[in-house]
Amino acid sequence: MAEDQHNISKTTEEVEVVTIRFAGDSGDGMQLTGSQFTNNTAIVGNDLSTFPDYPSEIRAPAGSLAGVSSFQIQFGSQNIYTPGDTLDVLVAMNPAALKVHLKDLKINGLLLLNSVNYTPRNYKLAGWESNPLEDKTLKDYRVAEVNMSELVANSVKDLNLSPKVINRSANMFALGFLYYMYDRNLDSTIDFITNKFGKYPDLAEANRRSLKAGYNYAHTIKVIRTNYRIPKAKFKKGTYRNIMGNQAVSFGLVAAAKKAGLELFYGGYPITPASDILHYLSGFKNFGVKTFQAEDEIAGVMSTIGAAYAGDLAITATSGPGMALKTEALGLAVSVELPMVIINVQRGGPSTGLPTKTEQSDLFQAVLGRNGEAPIPVVAAQTPAHCFDAAYEACRIALEHMLPVILLSDGYLGNGSEPWRIPDYDKLPDITTHKKTNSEDFLPYRHDEKTLARPWVVPGTPNMEYRVGGLEKSEGTGNVNYTPENHQLMTELRQRKLDIIAESLPPVVPFGHTSGELLVLGWGSTFGAIRTAVENALAKDLSVAHVQLTHLNPFPNDLEKILNSFKKILIPELNMGQLQTLIQGKFVVRTEGLHKVMGVPFTQSDIYNKMIEMLKGQA
Amino acid sequence: MHEVKTKPAPLSKRDFISNQEVRWCPGCGDYAILSQVQKIMPELGVPRENIVIISGIGCSSRFPYYINTYGFHGIHGRATALASGIKLTNPDLSVWVVTGDGDGLAIGGNHMIHLLRRNLDINILLFNNEIYGLTKGQYSPTSELGKVTKSSPFGSIDYPFNPPQLALGAAGTFIARGIDREQKHLQGLLKHAHTHTGTAFVEIYQNCLIFNNGVFSHLTEKEVKAENVLVLEHGKPMIFGKNEDKGLRLNGSHLEVIRLDGKTSHDHVLIHDETNKIQALLLSELTYLKEFPTPIGVFYHQDVETYDHMMIKQIDYAREQKGEGSIKALFHEGYTWTV
Ligand SMILES: Cc1ncc(C[n+]2csc(CCOP(=O)(O)OP(=O)(O)O)c2C)c(N)n1
Ligand code: SF4
Ligand SMILES: [Mg+2]
Repeated sequence: MAEDQHNISKTTEEVEVVTIRFAGDSGDGMQLTGSQFTNNTAIVGNDLSTFPDYPSEIRAPAGSLAGVSSFQIQFGSQNIYTPGDTLDVLVAMNPAALKVHLKDLKINGLLLLNSVNYTPRNYKLAGWESNPLEDKTLKDYRVAEVNMSELVANSVKDLNLSPKVINRSANMFALGFLYYMYDRNLDSTIDFITNKFGKYPDLAEANRRSLKAGYNYAHTIKVIRTNYRIPKAKFKKGTYRNIMGNQAVSFGLVAAAKKAGLELFYGGYPITPASDILHYLSGFKNFGVKTFQAEDEIAGVMSTIGAAYAGDLAITATSGPGMALKTEALGLAVSVELPMVIINVQRGGPSTGLPTKTEQSDLFQAVLGRNGEAPIPVVAAQTPAHCFDAAYEACRIALEHMLPVILLSDGYLGNGSEPWRIPDYDKLPDITTHKKTNSEDFLPYRHDEKTLARPWVVPGTPNMEYRVGGLEKSEGTGNVNYTPENHQLMTELRQRKLDIIAESLPPVVPFGHTSGELLVLGWGSTFGAIRTAVENALAKDLSVAHVQLTHLNPFPNDLEKILNSFKKILIPELNMGQLQTLIQGKFVVRTEGLHKVMGVPFTQSDIYNKMIEMLKGQA
Repeated sequence: MHEVKTKPAPLSKRDFISNQEVRWCPGCGDYAILSQVQKIMPELGVPRENIVIISGIGCSSRFPYYINTYGFHGIHGRATALASGIKLTNPDLSVWVVTGDGDGLAIGGNHMIHLLRRNLDINILLFNNEIYGLTKGQYSPTSELGKVTKSSPFGSIDYPFNPPQLALGAAGTFIARGIDREQKHLQGLLKHAHTHTGTAFVEIYQNCLIFNNGVFSHLTEKEVKAENVLVLEHGKPMIFGKNEDKGLRLNGSHLEVIRLDGKTSHDHVLIHDETNKIQALLLSELTYLKEFPTPIGVFYHQDVETYDHMMIKQIDYAREQKGEGSIKALFHEGYTWTV
């Protein structure tokens, strides 16, 4: 490499948007590297979106394909809605990471490799027939092949560290390298290292030096002739922070509880990718939050129903398989008309499926998956930051109408992150509950005319002792009642609650044209990919629009009119067409689906290409 | 309304009878148990509005409808989990679970053992009729081996659970057994269960007149019950028999029945100690042994800090350490930037 280290003249170029992926073995610290780069990106004022992708095995064999962990970030001076499609930079710490991710690197993109890991044993383990550094595999890319471990070792000679520790710090080398490329300041990561390894000064020093070594090294080599500066993005005025979807959900829940003057109860059982909600909430004890790690999802939801009966804002969260277990209890929740929110952070199915990968295939389950007529409102989050609003909205509906509400998120949202414009708590919408403490005119199943809520009388309230259960009951008294007319009445009443909710939903405003050739209708986490594709089409003067639904049950009342304002409707989903079926079941429209079930989100080009294809068909 | 505030009149059994018609088969053992519960409720010193009765599904689980307190008729097997959420939300409530041998030990077995090990301050009344009543007579997890029922015409090939032993194995802190027909005794047990802080597990033998009539007759019929029932009392010798002429003795690691006929003195008879877990285990072993009497009363009783208490303590501690949570501070923690 000595020949590389001439003093070369360097230039700085301005670009709008960049996508980087850090990939390596699970042990290479790629998630940490990615989150450090993310914080640093937030500090320079770019908009950003991230996507971590990690193996479901906790300790997959070192160097294997199964053990590859990656973290992707797209950042720029424009609105960034997704973690990006193709990569400008790929960091591949070992041959397995290269094998898994090379296909996503742009032609002429930059590839940063830790050459020490490209041994015959490793590249064979990763399924390369010959050493990809030596054959023609990388001919279309700019390659920075660096023996990071050796360079780090040189920089920490005096510290007497084991080779293992030195290898572990190679991720900081890669990070420093990228900080140079994007003209960054190292301070935020140096502070982080100093805090994290405070108790181990040698380790802290090794990481700091590794970071700086990477930075300086990038400065000296030929492949990096230019470094890049990305202008600040134009954000709406406000104070921002970076937030992950599951974190935003837990913030939304705590905020809604406080607004409603309630304590928060969470009952649930750990499951990927929902566990972080339990983790966050269990740290909020000083907010009076009660978290109950139950013995299974059934106990999770049953304790939640109990908490709702006794007067808390009651929450349970899970993923598909756990949702299946909660099914019977959700019917009970409908029948007893108690407020609670059930969160499904979806993952690939069926069965255990793809535990750490994302999918939207539980929409049917949410809307339809119960015995009997058991309508439950369904709200879906669209971006990591929107998880806050969606969680808050789900709580509001549940409390104001006295019924369970399902909130759909997914692995991509839960673990993804983006800047969040921190709301002013005081300005969040008020949430009123139906708590009743005086016994005047009390009947447990007398429904409020406006909301169809029944009174929320909790045990401990004198003079209103009442019994409730899953048997059909009379309007008013709530006494068990099996008569035919009453069952018809109660079934219709439970459905009418949703009709009333539909009336209270804000208007749906299409993005782009209000009528025209093509409407792209999505829900949930496909927001970013669809929005980017539609923006690109609008930039080409195509007659398109985008609607992303937050409310999936009931649908907003004005949706039908919008659907009828476009000649064609495209419904892209990470499933085999579940929203499409629901839409076509409800409205007389023809739609076309785009179905991806690969455990990864749509790219904007997936959507864009389909849009173009449909628009051409039109011509 | 009256102007002057008067002390509310003390409650009576009548205050705990709901306006709903009781729908059990005439002669069902459930009536007797309901009556005992209604009788002791006014004596607990708990305001009626603070009492909650939670059940699953089964004949026995209709219970909450018939008693004028707060009540929740849940779904099959999940009463214990439902009750846990209620108790944690409001630990001041007196929470009672009514469940059956199917509800609590088959479909709800998992929640049962986890409630026992967590030791929430909840009272469980397990109505054991050794049959599925509501679904019209299939064998249950407490039916004896070989039991002929609708679903086992050739006899069941399922070994039964031994409820007190199961509860002991699940780290239960109060384990007792009563019988529907032993009304005074049952009242005592219920009150005792109430005073226990922690999960109280009370198995109640209950006769299902229609599908399993007489399974407990050897324990309830006047002529024979004294020979077959051992009433456990803390600090008292384990003596039974019409003439109090039999006792239990420890022989090595086993119990044996001895005759108290002058030759063997009372001194050999084991004294019941509710706090002795090993002894409780030996007593629970007698459940299905024909040559031994069936123990009723409190098998085991140990005070251990409850889950609900620890939860409150932890929340208080977190508030003390971190200060009352502030939403604004939470939102703004970590790196923020202003545009
Ligand atoms: C999920 C579910 N499965 C099955 C049933 C049918 N079922 C209702 S009660 C019961 C058994 C009841 O037996 P037990 O708990 O002993 O109560 P008992 O009627 O004997 O008092 C069964 C199988 C049900 N209600 N729900
Ligand atoms: S079927 Fe048996 S348990 Fe059920 S009510 Fe009738 S007698 Fe009682
Ligand atoms: Mg039974």
